[in-house]
Amino acid sequence: MSKFARLFVVFGLTLVALLPGYARAGLSIEIVGGAASRIPIAIAPFLPAGAQGDDPAKVVRSDLQNSGMFSLADSTGLGVPGEAQTVLYPQWRTRGADALVVGQVIKMPDGRLNVRFRLYDVIRQTQLAGFSYLIPANKLRATAHRISDVIYEKLTGVPGNFGGRIAFVLKHKGRYELQVADADGYDNVMVMRSPEPVLSPVWSPDGTRLAYVSFERKRPVVFVQNLATGRRIAVAHFPGSNSAPAWSPDGKKLAVVLSKDSSAQIYLIGAEGGAPTRLTRSGALDTEPAFSPDGNWIYFTSDRGGTPQIYRMRSSGGSASRITFDGSYNVSPNPSPDGRYLAFVHQGSDGFHIAVMELATGQTQILTDGPSDEYPHFAPNSRSILYSAHEGGREVLAEVSVDGSVKQRLSIPGDLREPSWAPAHFDLN
Amino acid sequence: MKNLTLISLLVASVLLTACGTTETKAPIEEKSATPTAPAAPTGPQVETHGLAPGAQDQSEPLSGGNSQVVGVDAAGAAMLKDPNNILSKRIIYFDFDKSSIKPEYQPLISAHAAFLKKYPQAKVVLQGNTDERGSREYNMALGQRRADSVKQALSVLGVQADQMETISFGEEKPAAEGHDEAAWKQNRRTEIHYQGE
Repeated sequence: MSKFARLFVVFGLTLVALLPGYARAGLSIEIVGGAASRIPIAIAPFLPAGAQGDDPAKVVRSDLQNSGMFSLADSTGLGVPGEAQTVLYPQWRTRGADALVVGQVIKMPDGRLNVRFRLYDVIRQTQLAGFSYLIPANKLRATAHRISDVIYEKLTGVPGNFGGRIAFVLKHKGRYELQVADADGYDNVMVMRSPEPVLSPVWSPDGTRLAYVSFERKRPVVFVQNLATGRRIAVAHFPGSNSAPAWSPDGKKLAVVLSKDSSAQIYLIGAEGGAPTRLTRSGALDTEPAFSPDGNWIYFTSDRGGTPQIYRMRSSGGSASRITFDGSYNVSPNPSPDGRYLAFVHQGSDGFHIAVMELATGQTQILTDGPSDEYPHFAPNSRSILYSAHEGGREVLAEVSVDGSVKQRLSIPGDLREPSWAPAHFDLN
Repeated sequence: MKNLTLISLLVASVLLTACGTTETKAPIEEKSATPTAPAAPTGPQVETHGLAPGAQDQSEPLSGGNSQVVGVDAAGAAMLKDPNNILSKRIIYFDFDKSSIKPEYQPLISAHAAFLKKYPQAKVVLQGNTDERGSREYNMALGQRRADSVKQALSVLGVQADQMETISFGEEKPAAEGHDEAAWKQNRRTEIHYQGE
C-alpha cells in the first residue's frame, strides 16, 4: 500500500471511531428448535401503560420466548394490572397461563427508577417471587434481563443467563472488532478494533478483562485488555506464534500456546506477563488449553496420537490421558462451569459439529448439524453452549442447550465468530 | 527527494491521526515479558474503547515502514525481485493436514538456502497458513508446523537458526477466499518473507 493510501485509511478509521452509535445495531435472534413441553406464561404489560418502548415486559417476553423453555400466553385485553393489585387468577387461567408476571416502573424524584414485579403460580394461586429494584434510568433493559433470570430460575430450577454478557469477534468490511454485548446481543459495543485478524477472546474469571490474540504486530501476540479502561498489556509476545489464551480459575495465570522453543506447546504465564513455564513437551502440536473449573486440570488438543484429539493433564503439566476416541478429529475442549460436561468440536463425515461429553460416564452426544460449527463455550449456568456457525456463506453465532433440544442463532451484518460468555455474577459498572 | 516526500507524508499522517483524536489519545501500556521479540517496524492502527464512564479511547501510533531488504546488497535485492529468478518464488504448498514438504519444492528451498548463506545478515520470516476447515486455534498450530517444516529444510542446508523466524497465521490470512478445494489448496502454504521487503 502506498504511503498516501495508508494515510487515508488511518484518517478514515479515526472518523469512523468518532461516529456515535456505530455498529450498535441489535442482533436478530431466530429460534430453530425448542423444548418438547414449554411452560405457558403470561407477562402483563408493566405500569405505566403506554410507555411501550421502555416496557420491561417486552424484554422479559423476548428473553423467555427465545430460551425455548416458555410459551407466551396472550395477555391482551386484560388490562395493566400493576404489581400491587389483587390478581384475578381465573382470567389468566382461561388464557392458558400456568404462570403470570405483573410489574410496574415508578419514576423517583431523583430521576432513578423503581422497578417492581411479582411472579405468580396461576394454578396454585400463590406468589412465587417478588422483587423491587432501584436503578439508574439507563439500566432498565439490564434490569429486565435480571427479572427474566429470576423467573427462569423459579420456574425451571436453573439460573438464567439473560443478564449475562458475551464477547465475540466481528469481521466486517475487512476490519476486525472485539465486541461485548448483552446475552441477547443488544447494546453491543466495540472494545477493540484492528485492520489485522483478532481471535480467541476469553473472559477473565472476575469479568473485568479479556484475553485475546491479535495479529497487529505482524505475528500473533496474546493481549490482556482491561474492559473498563481499554488499556491492555501484551502478555505473550515471544518470537514465533503466541496464541490460545485460557484463564486459570483464580484469574492470576493464563495457559498460552507458544512456538518459541518448538512447534506449538502449552505454557503457563502470569496474567500480566513474565517468564513462561512450559507444561507440555510432546514434539507434537499441543494447543487449545482450557482449565477445569477447580483449576486442577487442563484439557487441550494434541495430535500426539496421530490425529487431533482431546487430552487432559494436571495443570502443573506432566503426563496426559486421552479423553476423546471416537473419530479422527476432536478439538476445542470447553468444560462446563459445573464440571459435569466437556463441549468440543467433532468432525463427522458431513462436517464439523458441536458435541458434548458427560465427563463422569464418557457418554457423548452430537448436538448440532454442522457443517462448520466451531468454538463452543458454555454459558455460566452450564445449560447451554454458544458457538460459531456458518450459514449461507456467513459466520453467525448460535446457541444450543446441553441436551440439544433448543437452538438459537444470532446474526448481525458481517461475520460473527468466537463467542465467549462472561462469568456469572458480575456487573462491570 | 523521494525519501523526503515519504518522510513528510509520514509526519503528516501522524499529525492527522493526532488531530482526529486529540482529546482521547493516551499511550498504551506495554509490559513486556522476557525475552521479547523485537517490535515490528510497521504497525497498523489499533483502537481500544473502555466501557467505564469517562474511560478514554486509546490508539496505538502508526510507525513508519522501510523498504530496504535487511542484510542484502543491491544485486541480491534485484535477484529476489527478478521474476525469472527462482528466488522470486516464495510459496510452498501442502496437502491437507500435512506439513511435509513435497519434492517439487526442493529447488525453491535450495535456492533460498544458498541465498541466505551468501547473505548471512539477511533474515526471513516463514509464515505458515492453513485452509479454513476446523478449529482456528488448531489451525494456528498446524500453520506453525508448516512454517517450522520449511525452517527445518533450510536449516538442513546450512542456514543459521538466527536468520529465520517462524510464525503462523492459521486460517486467518487466506490467499484465496473461496470455500472449496480449489481455494483451500492455495491456502495451505508457507510464505517466505525477507525482512525489510
